[in-house]
Amino acid sequence: MLVYRIFKSLIWLYAGLRERVSPGWMQKNSSRIREWELMAYAYSKSPVGVLGGTMVFVVFILAAIGPFISWEPYWEYKIIYDESLRYQPPCLPPWCTDRPIFGTDEWGRDVAAMSLYGFRISFVISIVVVLLGAPLGIVLGLIAGYKGGIVDEIVMRVTDIFLAFPGLVLAIAFASVLPHRIRGFLEENVVARTVLSALFGLREKEYGQLAALISIWFAMVIVWWPGYARIIRGSVLSVREMPFIEAAKLSGLSTWSILFKHILPNVLSPVIVMMTFDIATATLFAAALSFLGLGPQEPVPELGFLISKAGQFFPERSTHVVVYLGLILLTMALGWNLLGDALRDILDPRTRRAIEYREEKEKKG
Amino acid sequence: MSEAFSLGENEVLRVVDLEVRFYTYAGVVHAVSGVSFYVKEGEAVALVGETGCGKTVTTRAITRLIESPGRIERGMVLFRRRNKKVVDLLKISDEELREIRGNEIAYVFQDPTSALDPLYTIGFHIHETVTAHKSKISRKETLKYAVELLRKVLIPSPEVRVKNYPHEMSGGMRQRSVIAISLSNMPKLLIADEPTTNLDVTIQAQILDLVRRLQGEFKMGIILITHNLGIVAETANRVYVMYAGKVVEEGLVDQVFYNPQHPYTRLLLRSVPNPLRRIEKLESIPGVVPSLINPPKGCRFHPRCPFATGKCIVEDPPGFDIEKDHKTFCWLLEKR
Amino acid sequence: MKKYFGVRGSFRKKVKAVDGVSLNIKRGETLGVVGESGCGKSTLGKTILRLLDPTSGKVIFESRDVTKVKGGALREYWRNAQMVFQDPHTSLDPRMTIASTLLEPIRQFKIDVGDEEEFLVKQMEVVGLGREHLYRYPHELSGGQKQRVAILRAIITRPKFIVLDEPTSSLDVSVQAQILELLKDLQKKFNLTYLFISHDIAVVKYMSNRMAVMYLGKVVELGPADTVFESPQHPYTQFLLAAVPVPDPNITRSRKKMLIQGEPPSPINPPPGCRFHPRCPHAMDICKRSEPPLAMIGNSHCVYCWLYAKK
Repeated sequence: MLVYRIFKSLIWLYAGLRERVSPGWMQKNSSRIREWELMAYAYSKSPVGVLGGTMVFVVFILAAIGPFISWEPYWEYKIIYDESLRYQPPCLPPWCTDRPIFGTDEWGRDVAAMSLYGFRISFVISIVVVLLGAPLGIVLGLIAGYKGGIVDEIVMRVTDIFLAFPGLVLAIAFASVLPHRIRGFLEENVVARTVLSALFGLREKEYGQLAALISIWFAMVIVWWPGYARIIRGSVLSVREMPFIEAAKLSGLSTWSILFKHILPNVLSPVIVMMTFDIATATLFAAALSFLGLGPQEPVPELGFLISKAGQFFPERSTHVVVYLGLILLTMALGWNLLGDALRDILDPRTRRAIEYREEKEKKG
Repeated sequence: MSEAFSLGENEVLRVVDLEVRFYTYAGVVHAVSGVSFYVKEGEAVALVGETGCGKTVTTRAITRLIESPGRIERGMVLFRRRNKKVVDLLKISDEELREIRGNEIAYVFQDPTSALDPLYTIGFHIHETVTAHKSKISRKETLKYAVELLRKVLIPSPEVRVKNYPHEMSGGMRQRSVIAISLSNMPKLLIADEPTTNLDVTIQAQILDLVRRLQGEFKMGIILITHNLGIVAETANRVYVMYAGKVVEEGLVDQVFYNPQHPYTRLLLRSVPNPLRRIEKLESIPGVVPSLINPPKGCRFHPRCPFATGKCIVEDPPGFDIEKDHKTFCWLLEKR
Repeated sequence: MKKYFGVRGSFRKKVKAVDGVSLNIKRGETLGVVGESGCGKSTLGKTILRLLDPTSGKVIFESRDVTKVKGGALREYWRNAQMVFQDPHTSLDPRMTIASTLLEPIRQFKIDVGDEEEFLVKQMEVVGLGREHLYRYPHELSGGQKQRVAILRAIITRPKFIVLDEPTSSLDVSVQAQILELLKDLQKKFNLTYLFISHDIAVVKYMSNRMAVMYLGKVVELGPADTVFESPQHPYTQFLLAAVPVPDPNITRSRKKMLIQGEPPSPINPPPGCRFHPRCPHAMDICKRSEPPLAMIGNSHCVYCWLYAKK
């Protein structure tokens, strides 16, 4: 119930603001507000969804402020000063107080502090990959589904080709060529360098590693969009036959208007769900690529990379690193998956209707 | 009142005070509230009403085809089996009910395509239906029988058609095949739920004609569900007009069409464009069908009835006899 | 006057959905088109409005040839010619409020209405809806109400011509009556011309001035609705009318039973000559060979049948 109340206050806050800006807005959108309330209610009723959402929220907060609150900078190799700091095992107070709680990594850095940077890197890369790949796939899917004929054939064959692409191979291929180029680009372009470094929570000095990060980013986006194209195309094929589309044509709407005003809103629900699941997958895939060494190297504390380094000393000395970082990745992916599950139920108007009635019944006592 | 609780001599089916409710998220839907009717041997009875009146639920309830969240709350469904034994379909065991379904009581539904398994030929469907109830028959025998059945339902070249798959046939032929399958065990009662709604008018005429002839030939009782008053006039002997889960008027076809007493029946008859009469304006019934989750107290039609009185709002009207075989559930008849 | 000459529409596999249909529709009248499934009546309606493009032939609206126009000219045509679809549950965008749906044609055709909300409320009253429905979503309305919205959307730009494709087939009988009366009122009020397509002959006869009967892509009979109904000339029309179930037991009992033989052939491979000849009890040799010409019966009633062709 608490969750519902939180969302409800957010909704009404937003409504209040809109009302201030344009009076009469609340009345015009009373049905929409009701829909939002119902979605919030449906969401709050799903323990899985709330759990997932909370996990995502926590990850988001950590990702946002991580690099700022981390108590150890990632670019200091502590072991240069003190060899014994390497792979120190975890140490829990009150039995042990002189070492970092979760232990240290290969360079003697506090693993927990490093993970705060890791959150940011993994979070950003997974979200941006999906946010870039999805629209691309969506637009292509819309065009292919709506136009049909030869356009459809061409787009779908291209999609097939990209779908068949082994992402890993592509990433490897990119890793040998791109980082160099991007590095050169970043050297010259200060703005890009500043912005991207800030985005990932790294120092500008690491732009070389940033280049590697961006290169796997590219590789991922290229492999990521085709799934969306296919899903959207299928939905578009069924929606475009609907009479309300013909009615829109008769109102003189251009093809693009019809695509974005009528077709897209009606096919978006499965896509949103797919996106949340994809973010989970992207998180793990990016970590996997780094694990294989295709991503940034030291000192950038990318989660997959850290695990890979720890793998050399596993399981004698570095179990704690592997387990801890692995759990972090698990949490990030799981949170999105659970959220996606709940979203699927919320966004499907049929299951939502059932929850809707339950709410009304509850209200009546 | 005791006659309502037993089966008349030439009656095949008698439904007494049937009540079906659906326990949904939205609340309890009172789909069927105290419906009673009967069907005699060899007669065609029509259940007429608009969407939501409960006609389909009623006929499904007859053979306990109601699934959760629906529940048959109370009532009796008396049925005379071939061996002359009278049973209450709502109380017999599952095995006995299964013996009856498809065998002594057959259904024909609205969409022939979904009633037929696309992976099997028509001949196989008939074979399956027959062997479900008579185990010792050979494939060759049922094949011959199937051809005869298809011929009876006027499917041309039945020897060829019996080997067809559903998708190789047109809509009209599919519906005829479904009728043939349902007749394969020579049922005593045929329940047809909007059997021609999806078909063209000319095909519909063929099917209705077929049903009438077979009814005579097989001496079956037929329950015909429809919202089309024209079909009722053509096919039925007796009519039950249903509204919001209740029967509002019942009688012989001529009585209901030429002397309708319930306001709903009258308005309904006047809202259908009869092409043979010059009509200036169609009457329409103001308002909408009430939600059956909280049905209005008293007479369920009162919110839309132009003649509603104070009593109608409070009390549910019982049946009042108008003439022999003709009854209506309306307070207006109380004075007479 | 609106004229439609020899419209021919077909789909990829050369289904002759509409084959050589010529019709005139006079201003202010309702022309009904009756036929069974596969006869091409829906295709005809859509082709006339250019939702489908005719394979050959012309569509002439108010003396202008609109068969091949595009862009601005096409939009101008749509400002004056609109459509009401059969199923109200799918003809409104479920994600848009009623107000947004209604504003769309207004905005597209750049019609100045002053205060949009007040304008919409006044319009809603015309079709019997109220202010409270304006900002709702379609799923919050009943079938009848949705169809009213669909009708309002069609007339909101004050077009001159409306194609009604089975506008009441998805509705309950009592609601159907309301909608039909509404359509009649609107026609009088705004001087509209209707093309009323339906498989329900009773409804078509009630609504139309003139009636056309279609079979397998062709018009087989055309004339004043009452005349065609009372004295159908084409054998198919006779079968069709005899098949209509009439809610009057005495009449159905005394009616001559006329049952058509066989099944309608597929429009992919129509029979040669007169398309109806395989099922026609009066088929002659010439019917199998060539398509029947137009024959006039009286001065406004015409048939396409060899039985009436003058040598």
